[in-house]
Amino acid sequence: MFRRWLKANALLAPTGVWLGFFLIAPLVVVVEFSFATRHTGVARAVLPWTVQAYRTALDPAFLPIFGRTLLYAGATTLACLLLGFPLAWFIARYGGRYRTALLAAVLIPFWSSYLARIYAWKALLDGEGLVNTVFGWVGLDRDGGFLLTDGAVVLGLTYGFLPFMVLPLYVACERFDMRLVEASYDLGHGRVSTFFRVVLPGVMSGVLAGSLLVLVPAAGDFVTPKLLGGVDQSTFGSVIDDQFRGGNNWPLGSAMAVLLLVLVVFVLVLRGRRGEDVL
Amino acid sequence: MNRRPWVLGVVVALVFLFLYAPIAWLAIASFNSSRSLSRISGFSLQWYAELADDTRVFASLQLTLQLALASAVISTVIGTLAAFGLRRAFPGRALWTVLLSLPLVVPEVVMGVAMLGFFVKLAGVPLGFGALLCAHVAFSLSFVVVVVRSRVSGMDVRMEEAAADLGASPFVAFRTVTLPLVAPAVAAGAAFAFLLSFDDVVISSYLTGVGSTTLPVFVYAQASKRGISPEVVALSTLMVTATALLLIIGVVFASWRARRAGSVARLA
Repeated sequence: MFRRWLKANALLAPTGVWLGFFLIAPLVVVVEFSFATRHTGVARAVLPWTVQAYRTALDPAFLPIFGRTLLYAGATTLACLLLGFPLAWFIARYGGRYRTALLAAVLIPFWSSYLARIYAWKALLDGEGLVNTVFGWVGLDRDGGFLLTDGAVVLGLTYGFLPFMVLPLYVACERFDMRLVEASYDLGHGRVSTFFRVVLPGVMSGVLAGSLLVLVPAAGDFVTPKLLGGVDQSTFGSVIDDQFRGGNNWPLGSAMAVLLLVLVVFVLVLRGRRGEDVL
Repeated sequence: MNRRPWVLGVVVALVFLFLYAPIAWLAIASFNSSRSLSRISGFSLQWYAELADDTRVFASLQLTLQLALASAVISTVIGTLAAFGLRRAFPGRALWTVLLSLPLVVPEVVMGVAMLGFFVKLAGVPLGFGALLCAHVAFSLSFVVVVVRSRVSGMDVRMEEAAADLGASPFVAFRTVTLPLVAPAVAAGAAFAFLLSFDDVVISSYLTGVGSTTLPVFVYAQASKRGISPEVVALSTLMVTATALLLIIGVVFASWRARRAGSVARLA
């Protein structure tokens, strides 16, 4: 038993050291900054310690932004699931010897820069853009196009994070024994019942892993809301970013970052042991 | 089953349309004769010509590629080790999984500002390539572990036991049985890590120093000032085309090798 413990920890040690230095230590620094009075030019925390930053961060004024962030992240995850599952299932089941090629075809668009892709959407959703023109043919066009709407932000996020959903889903679909579907049909289940009782439980680990991989980056992203949305689409991430880049209020930004972390830890605790097979 | 999955096929085709429409639009716009991305006014190659003359873009592209490659190599090696470390139950495994899930669940902006504070506080470490590499490995590692571990945990232990029974040393068993089984997952993890690093804007934007601007950060800085430049659109088009070509060559080569292996097998 001790040898096994030693072996496992030896294999995990490099990862542990790296994450200890470049993840845990930085997070500790953020906590330290969040209790500082203000930050000086060399970014050292200034005494005395205070909770002023938390008071400001918990101001009701920031509440709608927090809610909006969660809404965007949730909607993005759902949209990625709805688009990603048919894709992953199709490739795993019908891809045959073209599986790898099809999977790669999903990833090819993501070899262009993330920003260029967002700008492509910006151009397509623009007042004189292609989407608005096509919608105009059936009378569904909008003045000024679809930019600066919640839908535009969720669309951009969905586009940006879809591969994070497709890859784990594909792994789960590939491991799924397709004969179970046949067996379920043979036993008299219809399509819907087969999907919910056989397929979905079978690929659940992929669904959970993919959702986690989309939800969190989507909640932290500020580039998409900034470029496709307007002032009314600002998210928690963009407010934190403003404190560090423009506003130069590091303690406030840090306090908000710590609050976001608390939320993350809360989600992790809720997930509890069920998450074991996800990671 | 002989029901043809044509509904599924249509849905998949639509998802592919969704994936490729913006890219196709970028490709068209890169030949536009005006700066606009939304209105096409004529054909021209001027943005490609300007791209060829732009040394800043190429310098940052080179840096971004080096960074992504280094980050992918480091995170794949230590991440694969970690995935094997988590294979069997041992006291403390739950703690390790929590640590490893942190980079997946901590929002990028939080990681970015944390790293900025950390490296600035250290002061001895100037922001730049080193800081970028440390950060990129830190956020790519867990993705590698997830992908490799899913393969490792689904692997049949009896395969390796059989190898050992047949007299293979642990090293030989690993090289000839275990490694080929996990190789696809390791490759996928490496590709994932490369892509994550290559495309990262948020974390990198806090850590770039003078002369170490990655391409995404360069583009972001430019884009937030006066919109995206057609040069960058031209570059994106070239990058997607190159990737697609590499992929096609890879598929053709793989099927050629498979066919040749098949004919050799028939001869024998």
